[in-house]
Amino acid sequence: MSAPLLSVSDLKVGFATEEGVVQAVDGASFELRPGEVVAIVGESGSGKSVTAQTIIGLTRANNARIEGSVKLGDQDLTAADDAEMRELRGERIAMVFQDPMTSFNPVYRLGDQIVEAIRAHHPDTSKKQGRQRVVELFEAVGIDDAERRVDDYPHEFSGGMRQRAMIAMALALEPEVLIADEPTTALDVTIQAQILDLLAELNRERNLATILITHDLGVVAEVADRVLVMYAGKVVEEGTLDEIFYDPQHPYTWGLLGSLTRIDRPRPHRLPQIAGSPPSLLDLPDGCPFRPRCPHEFSKCTQYPGLEARRPDAAEHRDRCWMTPEEKREKRVVEGQIGLEPPREVRQA
Amino acid sequence: MARFVVRRLVGMVAVLFAVSVIVFFVFMVVPKQNPAQTLAGKNATPILVKSIEEEWGFDESLPVQYTTMMKKVFTGELTSYKPRLPVSDRIIEGIPATFSLTIGAAIIWLFFGLLLGYLSAIRAGGWLDRILTGVSIAGISLPVFLLAPVLIYFFADKLEIFPNGQYVPFEEDPVEWLKHLILPWVTLAVLSIGFYSRVLRSNMLDVMNEDYVRTARAKGLSERQVMTRHVLRNSLIPVITLFGLDFGATIAGTAIITEVIFSIDGIGNYAAEAVAKFELPPIMGVALYGAFFVVFVNGLVDIAYAYLDPRVRLGESAE
Repeated sequence: MSAPLLSVSDLKVGFATEEGVVQAVDGASFELRPGEVVAIVGESGSGKSVTAQTIIGLTRANNARIEGSVKLGDQDLTAADDAEMRELRGERIAMVFQDPMTSFNPVYRLGDQIVEAIRAHHPDTSKKQGRQRVVELFEAVGIDDAERRVDDYPHEFSGGMRQRAMIAMALALEPEVLIADEPTTALDVTIQAQILDLLAELNRERNLATILITHDLGVVAEVADRVLVMYAGKVVEEGTLDEIFYDPQHPYTWGLLGSLTRIDRPRPHRLPQIAGSPPSLLDLPDGCPFRPRCPHEFSKCTQYPGLEARRPDAAEHRDRCWMTPEEKREKRVVEGQIGLEPPREVRQA
Repeated sequence: MARFVVRRLVGMVAVLFAVSVIVFFVFMVVPKQNPAQTLAGKNATPILVKSIEEEWGFDESLPVQYTTMMKKVFTGELTSYKPRLPVSDRIIEGIPATFSLTIGAAIIWLFFGLLLGYLSAIRAGGWLDRILTGVSIAGISLPVFLLAPVLIYFFADKLEIFPNGQYVPFEEDPVEWLKHLILPWVTLAVLSIGFYSRVLRSNMLDVMNEDYVRTARAKGLSERQVMTRHVLRNSLIPVITLFGLDFGATIAGTAIITEVIFSIDGIGNYAAEAVAKFELPPIMGVALYGAFFVVFVNGLVDIAYAYLDPRVRLGESAE
């Protein structure tokens, strides 16, 4: 296994608000190797986007409290000053955002916005060279008629094309790490598949290490090598794609998997869902924060277990649930499918 | 673009026509003394009044009077009742003063309004922002009829740095022109500086939350580049519209109070005089002159708008 390119250890991000400190990320750790895709999965408010934005330094605000370390090679990004961070953004770590409709400035031509990114790091690039580079990038991400379309404005592009342009911009300086924050959420399903294919292809061809932030396990299954499941600011389970999908350990992961619609199973009366809603980060329950929503809660759950490998056969598959892997398998089998108990009316039917 | 300009011109003619009709009929329905009586003087015989009525056409039906008046507008024959002077001459005479006042004040208010707004926005919540907010609110709250006498009292009467009003034509003496205009400029600009800085500040704070600003940061742009190229640039679009309306209106002669207080013989002063004497021809002349500039400046703003925001151009190509 090659050395990690990016290693996040015990990252904590809190925001001071009037009601108290919101601990958006509470001790996230993971490593990213060249060519690897790590997916961070969770509901809204699980801390996945904050983790990603902290890596690139976008959460630096007066009210933010950032602890732990983010290392890119030997450089600790949490300790880097603003100028160092700026040099790194776009050049070594690039980001693709969720909504391509609003992520480009509507008043500038797309090509110019990408050239701006190049010139921010290489000021001696001429406009012509920059433009030529954008044409190449547009061709690389599958935008037809690239030569003409670099002069278009964002509103002249469709959503899927804009996301391709966004990816082209992220690739402009050949970064080592790409952070894709919900890159397909705002797109139609057919376009989603195209964008995922594109990401997977770039990943293979350019050996680009990717952090994929999403709530959509279908997307994860498509492209990820390893998966981190986050809940209420903490990583509750991590493992390889197969481990997470075929032997999920944490009941929250079962819930996420259970909420997927599956064409290989009989159609349920209602789509399964995880009961309740994520807890407020200002008022977390003692012990496991998933406890109030978990149907398998028992006495030990008032204490929160550490993120540990519990399966003897998989040293890298870690989770935060007290149950033994055998108990977990049993409980999952009872339900006949991976997820949590379906709503009552389905059971009676 | 040609189509756009043509459409604008047609709209302009329609607006001017509407303004002339409204001004004419408002004047006609307001109860007033017979203008012929005024013209004839205090001890006029009824026969004299009658002959004046006939001469001026006051005895004709309203549509005929309107048409005659419009003919005079286009031939430049429109004259005020007393003294009988051509309206167009007075307006042309007033233009240098009004333009000097308005353009100078507009440059000051735009420059300082944007500067204060920008500083306020990039330091939002800090002490500088709080001070500038206080200054802006004070500027907005100061009425011209209070500010102008206060400025005159301190700078003209007490310190004697600047002269007390009057207008000196630029070609006569540029230094005196400047000295005479500084107080009126400040008076006229203060309110707008406050207002523009508030508007720009709030626009910028909105734009700062836009996704594309985050994208700009993620590209590795410096904070200043993010602020000027992305935040400021996009925040200026609504300010330009506002400026078009305000500048158009001011150049059209709405700086009446400032002109009157500083005894500047511009269009505003002429308008005030005409209304006080209740004479239709100068009122009509000034109204049409004003409407023309409001529409004209707004046409320019629309063109600037299309330049600033490419999405506006879409409507044109979609036709």
